[in-house]
Amino acid sequence: MAQIFHPSTNTIARVSILGAVFILAGLLWLIAALNRSSYATEEGIVRQQPIQFSHEHHVGGLGIDCRYCHTSVEVSAFAGLPPTETCMNCHAYIWTESPFLAPVRESFRTGQPLVWTRVHDLPDFVYFNHSIHLHKGIGCVTCHGRLDRMPLMWKTQSLQMHWCLECHRAPERFVRPREFVFSMTWQPQEDQQTLGQRLVREYNIAKLTSCSTCHR
Amino acid sequence: MKHHNQHPLRLDLAALRAHLQTAQGPEYWRSLEELADNQALQEFVQREFPQQASEWHDPVSRRHFLQLMGASLALAGLSACSRQPEEKIVPYVRAPREAIVPGQPLYFATTLTLGGMALGVLAKSAMGRPIKIEGNPQHPASLGATDTFAQAAVLTLYDPDRAQAVMQRGQISTWNTFLTALYTALESQRFKHGAGVRVLTETVTSPTLAQQLRTLLAQFPAAVWHQYEPVNDNTVQAGTRLAFGQDVTPVYHFEKASVILALEADFLACEPGTLRYAHDFAQQRRVHGAPAAMNRLYVVESTLSLTGAMADHRLPVRPSVVADSARVLARALGAMAQSSATTEQRTVPLAEVAPPPAETHTNWLQTVAEDLWQHRGSSLVVAGRQQPPLVHALTHAMNVVLGNVGNTVVYTAPVAAQPVDYLASLRALVEDMAAGRVEVLVILGGNPVYTAPADMDVAMHLAKVPFSVHVGLYADETSAHCHWHIPEAHELESWGDARAYDGTVSLRQPLIAPLYDGKSAYELLTVLLGKPEQAGRDIVQEYWRSQYQGTDFDQFWRTALHDGLMSNTAFAPQEVSLHSDWLTQAAALPPAVPGLELLFRPDPTVWDGRFANNGWLQELPKPITKLTWDNAALLSPATAQRLGLQNEAVVELRLQDRSVRAPVWIVPGHADEVVTVHLGYGRWRTGRVGSGTGFNAYALRTSDAFWLGRGLELRPTGERYALATTQQHHSMEGRHLVRAGTLQQYVEQPYFAQMMEPAPQPQETLYPSYPYESYAWGMAIDLSTCLGCNACVLACQAENNIPIVGKTEVHRGREMHWLRLDRYYKGAPSNPEVYNQPVLCMHCEHAPCEVVCPTYATVHDQEGLNDMVYNRCIGTRYCSNNCPYKVRRFNFLQYADYHTRSLQLLHNPEVTVRTRGVMEKCTYCVQRISAARIQAKLEDRSIRDGEVVTACQAACPTGSIIFGNINDPTSRVAHLKATPLNYGMLAELNTRPRTTYLAHLRNPNPKLREAQG
Repeated sequence: MAQIFHPSTNTIARVSILGAVFILAGLLWLIAALNRSSYATEEGIVRQQPIQFSHEHHVGGLGIDCRYCHTSVEVSAFAGLPPTETCMNCHAYIWTESPFLAPVRESFRTGQPLVWTRVHDLPDFVYFNHSIHLHKGIGCVTCHGRLDRMPLMWKTQSLQMHWCLECHRAPERFVRPREFVFSMTWQPQEDQQTLGQRLVREYNIAKLTSCSTCHR
Repeated sequence: MKHHNQHPLRLDLAALRAHLQTAQGPEYWRSLEELADNQALQEFVQREFPQQASEWHDPVSRRHFLQLMGASLALAGLSACSRQPEEKIVPYVRAPREAIVPGQPLYFATTLTLGGMALGVLAKSAMGRPIKIEGNPQHPASLGATDTFAQAAVLTLYDPDRAQAVMQRGQISTWNTFLTALYTALESQRFKHGAGVRVLTETVTSPTLAQQLRTLLAQFPAAVWHQYEPVNDNTVQAGTRLAFGQDVTPVYHFEKASVILALEADFLACEPGTLRYAHDFAQQRRVHGAPAAMNRLYVVESTLSLTGAMADHRLPVRPSVVADSARVLARALGAMAQSSATTEQRTVPLAEVAPPPAETHTNWLQTVAEDLWQHRGSSLVVAGRQQPPLVHALTHAMNVVLGNVGNTVVYTAPVAAQPVDYLASLRALVEDMAAGRVEVLVILGGNPVYTAPADMDVAMHLAKVPFSVHVGLYADETSAHCHWHIPEAHELESWGDARAYDGTVSLRQPLIAPLYDGKSAYELLTVLLGKPEQAGRDIVQEYWRSQYQGTDFDQFWRTALHDGLMSNTAFAPQEVSLHSDWLTQAAALPPAVPGLELLFRPDPTVWDGRFANNGWLQELPKPITKLTWDNAALLSPATAQRLGLQNEAVVELRLQDRSVRAPVWIVPGHADEVVTVHLGYGRWRTGRVGSGTGFNAYALRTSDAFWLGRGLELRPTGERYALATTQQHHSMEGRHLVRAGTLQQYVEQPYFAQMMEPAPQPQETLYPSYPYESYAWGMAIDLSTCLGCNACVLACQAENNIPIVGKTEVHRGREMHWLRLDRYYKGAPSNPEVYNQPVLCMHCEHAPCEVVCPTYATVHDQEGLNDMVYNRCIGTRYCSNNCPYKVRRFNFLQYADYHTRSLQLLHNPEVTVRTRGVMEKCTYCVQRISAARIQAKLEDRSIRDGEVVTACQAACPTGSIIFGNINDPTSRVAHLKATPLNYGMLAELNTRPRTTYLAHLRNPNPKLREAQG
């Protein structure tokens, strides 16, 4: 009776065992890559909103301060979303006929709020606080990107935990003087590392990396 | 399913006693089964969770379930790879004028009532949703503390089973239809001066409501206002009237009392003013720091109460013997007064009180009398509402003789706006109904069909009333017998006012608009008065405007609203003079006769039944018995043995031809030959939570056996009824978990508690120690002042979104409370000493749970907290297995309710709602630490001592729980931890717990100790 397995089978077996390792590693890499891809993190993805609100125009063009609309950003966990009233402060006088603003006028007239889709949405088991980050010298731009260049809103950072930890482990890489936290254009005048280390000392920034810092 | 309860214990007291005397027996014990070394119990306690706790018990077997779920489980894994669901964000259209900052809670001072008595609270509002009740530090009845009922108020508010629509004979109707019907009915009354109009309320202490009712009576001079309260202070009122000939109410000052005698008075748990009294009492029981002096508490009572558990000496006797004891004491004190210096004391002929037929416990009582006499002016005798008026009168006379009046007790005007004899009032109403004289009946709150004495058949007579309306939170037994039911606005939804135990006027303001368009009693009365509908605020404000004497009402109103109370409205103490002509009547006290007695008590969790549908309260282990979801007939071990009864045996209780069937629960320390039953269970028309729980004790309660029934017959039925108790869970066998001593012991050797177990050396570890550069959080719990009142347990539940699990799950040992109250007995089962010990996560330095978690789901944090990371937890339960304190709780099933809309409003947004398959435990309220840390950092300072207050600490009426930074040697907690009484539970295991205890101290009378040997 002839051999069932040709001697070359040995080689094939060896290669396929080795191959399995590569295939498995490849699969793991694929999952990891998928998890960090913009498909999962939704970085750079623009959401459908009731109004095509342009930060580029309002912040970059008109120079309106962040806090004009996001009023509670310095005192609360939540930055705050402006009530329709805030839009109407100006838009009762300018662009009063603009079809883009029809939902705003409608909301103001009927009392029905505008319903926005969250762009920067942390999971429910994460407790983030805006006020303390600003107070410790983390600029809006650091997490939200150059809003003055965004005609529509999208995420520029993944907001995943490893991204949070990049800064929580080494705040000196990102911290800036408090007076410039709302600035879109601030650039360090000296080496960020030197400046950062000085500010970390000055602002008494603790490297909080405990689980309970953000999860409870 | 095998369960410990299927191995019932035959009680053998002689064997138990022998067992206690042997050296091997445990010094402290938790249940009779443990004491008897019951095999089944041994097996039960040695398991981390009860056997097969992880078994799926429902009709679908676990195996079958897994088969079914196999495919979906496989798919479930993939869901982790899916993208986050899209979430919406909805801003205001116009921002509210109040300073609402999104993400920041607001606190409003308001008032909750129980039996009309006001408790000032601060209600926490998260974006318009009331989610937590804290005490109002300015309010005299609260001083910052809350009770379990106040904590549970938010759950009642969001209860999906609340009445949600105006109902006419079971059909949904409208408010306007009701108004038309009401006006038609009232119109026909007008020419009769309202002769057919009756209003039935609960106790009214609200000045505004009383004014409205009086206006109504002026409008309809022939109408009658009745009041009925099932748990009332009739006997107290009658007692003062007897003693002083005046309608006055005693207000106690426990902070000034050094020797206290309580005659069936549960003043630490369920009397008006109880939180304040507990606070004041605890002032005198702390010895650390101060000179070593403590007050001394004697308790004579039938059923083991929380006050009895705190006693330095406790005499368990039948209720009739409690009354006899009052006479013995009065005579003894009278005799001492005879030889006294002051004429006032001599003029009270207490010594002439007729002696009781059989003088028992004379020596004990004589010693107590001597102690009281030695502390004249700083002693206090208190009687409870279960005792007849004569006993109350006797206690007042004793306080007069002892010179306590004006010191430890003062008498003020009654808090009720219109003090009545509730029984007489209800009886008059029932008679009028029976005679057909009632044509329009308005029931404002309360549930008389369920709570009225059984001899007054309220339901039957209600049927004869042509027009009846019931205003209540729930469509209950009473509304089923009324033509109309109007949903009542919850106290957190409505305006109002009420008086506290000392008379202080407390204002109530709504935190939220009525969820179901409910009406308050004030609003309904306005309508009854024929006035146009008026907002609750305007009604209350209008009344106070008419009462205000000053010039700036708006300022006065704003201040009162901000503070939640009107300052300086407490009643002034009144001069009282004792009438002693009634003393001879004391012989008329019914003598103690042989035979079983029946004692009624309000339930510690569902009270008179009004909280029956509140799951938090239902699942709260009752003090002492640790029963959940049921009431039981409580018996002493000796009586149970005499009758051949065991736990869970169903007996028929028969009193005056009325009978109920009830399961038996044996309570060590209960008086012999008495059965205690708690009111409030066995309701037949309540929501999903309260249905099918317990038996109805009201069925035995008649107007002549209102608190106490004589001649009770008890017949075993041979049946068994499973009771869910948390008593045997988490037992920690024969070690020095609670450490206790006497004041004398402490004076002789302050470090006695620490010497009970060898403390491990710091170097006895392989792990490097953690550096704590900033804060290191820790907690100290003073066992000397812990009452076991459960306020901390519910505060924790409300703060941390802890779900309830239901009776079956509790029975399996799956209750979820992060903080539990262990109760230990010490000594003979007939009259043991009782110790309560709150147990929560110890946040060990060397946490045994941390090292066994395969997923790093439980880890140490930078400030020494033992973190539980829910999203890492895969549910191996190794951590719980390795925890020597058994403080970890596992979500065996999906307990958190994700689907009921109204309950979603209840959740604290600062705490994750846990899902099935996840371990959880006390976090030291890390959300509060975080909030304080951020606030401190925003202000560029460090967290001040006392700035972080955990939920349990905030609720505690006696201030027994202290939390803070142990890195700061000046903090209160560091100071307490440095006292000699401080010890760590199971610290000998070298876990280095962050939560430590201060040993329990008692102050026994040396004379009685000698007598007892």
